[in-house]
Amino acid sequence: MNNNLKKINIYAIYLGAIILILPLIAFFINAFSFRWFYPQVIPKELSLQAWVRLKLIPKPGQRTFEGFIELWASNPTVIKALLNSLSIGFLVTIVSIIIALPAARVLGLLNFRFKKLIIFIMVSPTILPPIAFVLGLNINFISWGFSGNYFGVCLVHLVPIMPYVVLTMTGIFANYNPDFEHQARTLGANKTRTFLLITLPAIAPGMVVAALFAFLVSWSQYLLTFLIGAGKVMTLPLLVFSTASSGNPALTAAISIIFIFPAILILFFTSKFVSGESGATSGFGKI
Amino acid sequence: MGGERLKIILSLTPPLLIIFTLFFGGIFYGFLQSLGYQPAIGKYEINFSAYYNVMFSERYAKLFWTGLGLNLWVSFASTFLAAVFALFGALAIRKTFFAKTICNFIYSLNLPMPHLVVAVGIIFVFSQSGLLARLASQIGLIGSPGDFPVLVKDKYGLGIILAYIWKEAAFFFIILMSVLQSLGENFEELAQSLGANRWQRFRYVILPLVMPNLFSASIIVFAFSFGAYEVPALLGVIYPQMLPVMAFEFFLNPDLNARSEGMALSIIIAIIVMILVVFYFWLTQAKIRKD
Repeated sequence: MNNNLKKINIYAIYLGAIILILPLIAFFINAFSFRWFYPQVIPKELSLQAWVRLKLIPKPGQRTFEGFIELWASNPTVIKALLNSLSIGFLVTIVSIIIALPAARVLGLLNFRFKKLIIFIMVSPTILPPIAFVLGLNINFISWGFSGNYFGVCLVHLVPIMPYVVLTMTGIFANYNPDFEHQARTLGANKTRTFLLITLPAIAPGMVVAALFAFLVSWSQYLLTFLIGAGKVMTLPLLVFSTASSGNPALTAAISIIFIFPAILILFFTSKFVSGESGATSGFGKI
Repeated sequence: MGGERLKIILSLTPPLLIIFTLFFGGIFYGFLQSLGYQPAIGKYEINFSAYYNVMFSERYAKLFWTGLGLNLWVSFASTFLAAVFALFGALAIRKTFFAKTICNFIYSLNLPMPHLVVAVGIIFVFSQSGLLARLASQIGLIGSPGDFPVLVKDKYGLGIILAYIWKEAAFFFIILMSVLQSLGENFEELAQSLGANRWQRFRYVILPLVMPNLFSASIIVFAFSFGAYEVPALLGVIYPQMLPVMAFEFFLNPDLNARSEGMALSIIIAIIVMILVVFYFWLTQAKIRKD
């Protein structure tokens, strides 16, 4: 009896896993098939047509190294969006870490009045929906000249990212012992050397998680980029959304695969660190 | 002491500046606009007519109240179902079995997946010519795509709920796994040795232990699904429409008067989420005081 129950249990897990992975399977079939009509389950013809149409893979016959370089150099929309998404993500991640580092240190190591209130203010963007602030901000950005450009998009991405970076790094500093820094200083190391040789190695693992997470939040931003970018800053989520609305499954699937690749990569590398206790995890629900 | 104080202020200013000018500034300016204050089109008077129009005018009242109903239904249903699936998944997956690592990975796979992609995936799987309809037709359950039930772009928000379940179940799963891991199996073994059966161990041992984390995660998921735009924009219908989509459409309306109504809607969404969060804190604080 108990054994049978165990077996049912395990089969239920396998079934759950299959159901969960169905969308991913559908992405790959759609992106690599040609005329995948109902009611086929397995496509009759495999094809790279979607990728050729997106100008990511050259037409048959031109698939040489030079062919690829030439095609990508012609700056197709997907490559442009990919480069925008990557560069905005990197820039915003670096800026948010630099801004959050001193604040997290103070919040993690010191006790002072209004500390709870300040933490509450810092995390408030994680609770309220982005639509609550971005509509008003959009009009301010237009008058400040930040609307419709790269800089404005980077600036607005800082809002959803800041709370998680500050929170995650505050957690790191809460378990950090600053006495080692004093020892280094008394032994004659200057401030920069102390930071590079003592502080940085101690906080690096947590910082990497915070950075990957910040990147992912920026990477998946749709509404903020769309409104503040005013259609002039094209990123991958915008491209996925517009292709999906226009209803071409093969193209949508191909762009989506490019879009989710870094997400899966990041999960692979951080799965060790991702746990319910980490401040960053709560943010995963909101990507 | 003075030096330390200066250090605290200087360190905290940059992130607070961003939050205050961009986040609270945006909310405040949106609130002003929702009151009809729009200097850009020469309107300076302040009133609540946008709120009244959205909620009670003949033109929008029906759209608003059905939208609010849909919002509550979608958020409650998806939060509850995602939590239940994740709970059973996490409880079942603790035991060792073949391909456990792979299953674990698959169960957390949707965690970093953007909502937008999950919504597209739901279209690919659940639409009337999607993967499931094809499978159903292969085993002879349905004939034409029209025989498959409308699960995507339906008026009950089923597609939206499915997308949120897919995405948030992974989130609940990760949180539950770490709670269960930190608890170990001691409590359960103790309960078993005292004669508790499977159901009793679940109901009186595991559930109370995971409940605090499950509940706070539920608040995050509920608040998110209540105010998010992408998923209902891709998987919803024109009527009934979820409130964030409605607010956004008001905002994009070329008629600048509709802008105040869009802002009013976004403020209403924010207020509802805020009430929920305050209620949650009050509840947990009351429980702490009671204990």
